[in-house]
Amino acid sequence: MASIANTAGAAWMPAEVRQPGRLALLLRYLRRNKGLAIGLTILLLLVLFTIVGLLLGDPKHAYPLSAPTKRPPSWQYPLGTDFFGRNLLSAMAVGMWQTAVIGLLAGGIGTVIGVVLGFLSAYFGGWIDTSIRSICQILTPIPVLLIQVVVAGSLDKRDVTIYTMALIVVMLAWMGPTLVIRSQVLTMKERQFVSVAKLSGVSDLGIIFKEILPCLLPFIAAAFVGQVFAAVFASFYLAVLGLGPLREPLLGNIIWSAQTQGAFFNGWWWWPIEPAVAMILILGSLALIIMGLDELANPRVRRSE
Amino acid sequence: MNSIDNQTWARPILRSLAAAPGIEPVLQVRNLEVTYYTDAGRAKALDDVSFTLNAGEKLGMVGESGSGKSTLALAMMRMIKQPGRIEGGEVWVGNTELMSLDDEAMRKARLSRIAYIPQGAMNSLNPVTRIGAQLVDAVKSHLHGESRSAIEDRCAQALRSVDLDPSVSRMYAHELSGGMKQRVCIAIGILLSPQVIIADEPTSALDVVTQRQVMETIDRVKEQINAAVILIGHDMGLMAQFVDKVAVMYAGRLVEVSTVRQMFTEPKHPYARALISSLPNLDNKGVFQGIPGLAPSLLRLPGGCAFHPRCAHAMEVCSTNRPAVLTLKGGRVVTCHLFDAEAANVQSA
Amino acid sequence: MSTTLKLIVRRLLFLILVIWSASTITFFVPRFSSRNAIRERFAELARTGGFSPDDLDKIIAAMQAQFGLDKPLLQQYGDYLWSVVHLDFGYSLNKYPATVLDLISQALPWTIGLLIVTTILSFIIGNLLGAIAAWPKAPQWMRFVATPFVLLTGVPPVLMGVLLLFFIGFRLKLLPLGGAYSIGVIPNWSWGFALDMGVHQILPGLALILGSVGGWVLSMRGMGVTIQGEDYVNFAEHKGLSGFRIFRDYYLRNALLPQVTGFALALGTVVTSAIVVEGIFGLPGVGTVLQNAIKSNDFPVIYGIVLFITIVIATLMVLLEFVYPLLDPRIRKQ
Repeated sequence: MASIANTAGAAWMPAEVRQPGRLALLLRYLRRNKGLAIGLTILLLLVLFTIVGLLLGDPKHAYPLSAPTKRPPSWQYPLGTDFFGRNLLSAMAVGMWQTAVIGLLAGGIGTVIGVVLGFLSAYFGGWIDTSIRSICQILTPIPVLLIQVVVAGSLDKRDVTIYTMALIVVMLAWMGPTLVIRSQVLTMKERQFVSVAKLSGVSDLGIIFKEILPCLLPFIAAAFVGQVFAAVFASFYLAVLGLGPLREPLLGNIIWSAQTQGAFFNGWWWWPIEPAVAMILILGSLALIIMGLDELANPRVRRSE
Repeated sequence: MNSIDNQTWARPILRSLAAAPGIEPVLQVRNLEVTYYTDAGRAKALDDVSFTLNAGEKLGMVGESGSGKSTLALAMMRMIKQPGRIEGGEVWVGNTELMSLDDEAMRKARLSRIAYIPQGAMNSLNPVTRIGAQLVDAVKSHLHGESRSAIEDRCAQALRSVDLDPSVSRMYAHELSGGMKQRVCIAIGILLSPQVIIADEPTSALDVVTQRQVMETIDRVKEQINAAVILIGHDMGLMAQFVDKVAVMYAGRLVEVSTVRQMFTEPKHPYARALISSLPNLDNKGVFQGIPGLAPSLLRLPGGCAFHPRCAHAMEVCSTNRPAVLTLKGGRVVTCHLFDAEAANVQSA
Repeated sequence: MSTTLKLIVRRLLFLILVIWSASTITFFVPRFSSRNAIRERFAELARTGGFSPDDLDKIIAAMQAQFGLDKPLLQQYGDYLWSVVHLDFGYSLNKYPATVLDLISQALPWTIGLLIVTTILSFIIGNLLGAIAAWPKAPQWMRFVATPFVLLTGVPPVLMGVLLLFFIGFRLKLLPLGGAYSIGVIPNWSWGFALDMGVHQILPGLALILGSVGGWVLSMRGMGVTIQGEDYVNFAEHKGLSGFRIFRDYYLRNALLPQVTGFALALGTVVTSAIVVEGIFGLPGVGTVLQNAIKSNDFPVIYGIVLFITIVIATLMVLLEFVYPLLDPRIRKQ
C-alpha cells in the first residue's frame, strides 16, 4: 500500500500565523457564549453590591436592634428594616458575603476532594478504583439535603456557625465531581498522548501535572462552579428550615425569620422578597455560568464568528 | 455474489435526464469557493475548484490532510457549517444547480441526486435504532406514497447489492463488524439511485481484505445505477486500481486532473510529480524520497502559486501571479505556470 | 440465564448497601451529638406542665429504657437495623403512641400524587427545552426560552411557592391559599372532591415544576451538545432526513438515555423540595409531618422519614436499572 509521503525538510517553513491577543479572543468568545457572559455579569454585579454594602454600611447594622423596626424601603433605609430591627441593606451585604464564604469554602473543598479521589481512582485503577467508585455510587441515592437536615438538626444550636454549615454542606456533595473527573481521566489515560509521554520517560507525576491536568481544567472549573451552586443551595435550604446559624443574616435565615413572623400576611413584603431576589440572582447566575462552561468544555460546539 | 434484477430496481427514479453512459456530464463543479472565518483569520479552504464528471466515471481525489478534499465533498452536499461559508461557484448535478436550491429542495436532493458515504462508518449509524429503520427513514424522507412492502423491497435490494443478507435489517449497529457497517452506509447511499456518489475515504479504518471487498462493492453498485463516483483518499495504490481519473488537491486548489494512466506515468504538475516519484516502487527499494518543506497553513498562503516555495521548477512569475486553471490536450487540467504556453497552443489550435 | 441472575443479585446488593449506609448515618449522627432528644422533650414539658426536677430524671430514665437507649451501642445498632428491615421506625416522641410509620402512611397519599405528576411533567418539559436549546436548527426564539428556565433553577421551589401563593393566591385570589381541599368539605370519592383537590394542587405543583425544570434543561442541554456532534447525527443530515426526524430519532433518543438514569435521583431532589413546599401550602403530606417534627425536635420522626425516603428512592433506582436495557439496545444481553 502506497501513501503520499510527506517528510519534513528544512527547505521552506510557512510563516508564523499571528494569533490575536488573549484578551481579544476572550471577549470574542464571550460575545458568542452569551449565557456565560450574562452569568458572569450578574455575578460581578452581586460582588460589587456586596463590597459596596460592606464598605459603606456598618456591618453591625446587620444584627437585631440596630435600626427602627419594620420600616419599608426609603431613602434612609434603602432596603427597609425588618421585625427585629435589622437594616436590610447591611444584612443583605453581610449575608451575601457569608453565603459567598460558605459557597467558596464548601465548593473548594468538595472540588479538591472530587479531583483527588477521581484522579486516584482512574489513574491507579484496581481495587482503589472499585472501592472509590462503589462508595460514590452507594452514597448517591441518599437524599443529601435530608441527611444534612439530620446533621444540622442534631447539632447544638450554639455550634452552628458559617463554617460548620460549610462542612455539613460538603459532606455528601463530593461524589459528583469524583465520578466526573474519574471518567475524564479514564478517557485521557487511554489516549495516545499519555502513552507517548510514558514512552518518552516522563515520570508519573510529570504526566499528571503536565499532560492530564491542563486538559482537565475546564471540567474542574465546571465541577467547582457546580459545587459552589450546590453548597449555596444546600445552605439556603437548611437556613430556610431554621437550621442555620440563626444570629447571622444569611439570606435563608432572613426568609425563615420572615416566614415565622408571617411577613407576607402582615404586609412586610420587602422582608422576604429581597433575599429571595438576591438568592435567585446568585443561583441563576451560577447556573448560567455552568451552562456556559458546558459549551466551553465541548470543543465541538465552539463556533467562531 | 447475488445477481440482482437490474430492470426493476436499478431504474433511476428521480433522474430528470436519461443519461446515456459517458456522453452527458452528470456532475459539473464550477469555481467553487469556501472560506472559513476563524478567530485567527480567514482560511480559504477551496479556491476556484472546477471539474466535470460523466455518468459511470470514477474520479479519485487525492491530497494531504488539509488540502480540501473533504471540504469539497461537504461543499457539494452543502453541508459546510459555521465558521465555514460557501462563497461562490456552482455545482450542477444533471440539470439541477445545487447552490441555487432552497434549504428544503437541497434536503431532498441529498441522497436522491447526490449521495455521501462517510469516512469512518464506525459511528455513522444510529446506535439505538435498527439498521432497517435507518434505511427506511431515508426512503420515507424522499419518496412519499410508496407502500410499506415497496419500501422494504427497495431496502432489501440495496442490502443485497452490497453483499449483505437482508436479515441485517433487524440488527443494531453495534452487532455489525466494521466492514459490514461500511457496506450498510454504501447501501444507504445507493437506495435512491443517485447520479453522483461521493465516497470519503471509505476504507481507511479497514483491513486489506475488507478494503478490497468494499471497493469492489462500490464498483458493482456504480455499474448497476450508472452513477458517477468520487473517491476521496490518500492511498495511491487503491486509486490506481479503482479509478478512471485522478484529481490532486493542494492548499485548497485543484492542481491537476488527469486520467489514472497519465497521472502515474507522466504527471504534469510538480506537486503531482513529486507525489508519484515519492511512491516506493520495486525498482528502487529502500530509497524514500519526500517532498521538502511543509504544506502551508491556509491562513497564510504564499503569494502567487501556493506550491512555489517547495517547487523545484519555480520561476519568477510563480511567486507573484496565481497560475490559472489550464486545459491541456485530451482534457487534462493543470494549474501551473510551466504549462501556460502549452495551454495557449491548445486554445488556439 | 446466570448472567441475569448475577445482575439481579448485584442490584439487590446495591440496594441493601444503600439502605444500610443511610441507616447507619441516621443512627450514629444523632447519637454523637450532644443533644439528648428525650431530655429536651421532657425539659420542655416540665417547663410548661410544671413538674419537679427529681421526677424529671426518673421519667427520662424510664423513657430511655422504653426506647432502648440504655443498652450498649452495638446492641442498639443491631436492634435498629433489625427494625429498619421491618420498616419499624419506632414511636414518635411528639405524637406518642403513634408510630412513625403511622404518621408516614397517613401523610403519604397526599404527597405521592403531587410528586409523581410534578416529577414526570418537569422531566418531560425540562428535557424537551434542554434538547431544543442545544439544537442549532431550532428557531432562535425557542432556544432563548430555555434560558429563563435555567434562571428559575435559582428559585428553590420554596420561594417559588411563597411567591405564587402571595401573588396568585393572596393578591389575585385566583387559586386557593392552601390546604389539600376546601375548608368544610369532607373527603369522599366523588369527582367534585377530586376536582377540588386538583385545584388545590395546582400552585404547589407549579412551584415544584418551575423549580426543578431548570435542572433538566441544564443537563439535557449539556447532553444535547455532545450528541449533536456525533457522526450519526451528521450522517442523518447527509441522508437528507427532515430536521424533525433527525431531532427526534437521532438526537433526542440518544440524548435522553443518560437522563433516564437521572430520573430516580431527581425524585430525591423533588421530594426534598416538596417537603418545604408542603409546609407553605399546608398540605397534610409527608413534608408537613417532617417540618413539624423538626420544629418540635421529634427525632424518631425525622430520622424515620429520612430513612423511608431513602429506601423508596434507592428501590426506584434499582427498578429503573431494569428499564434501561429496554431503551438502549447496546446494553441488552446476548
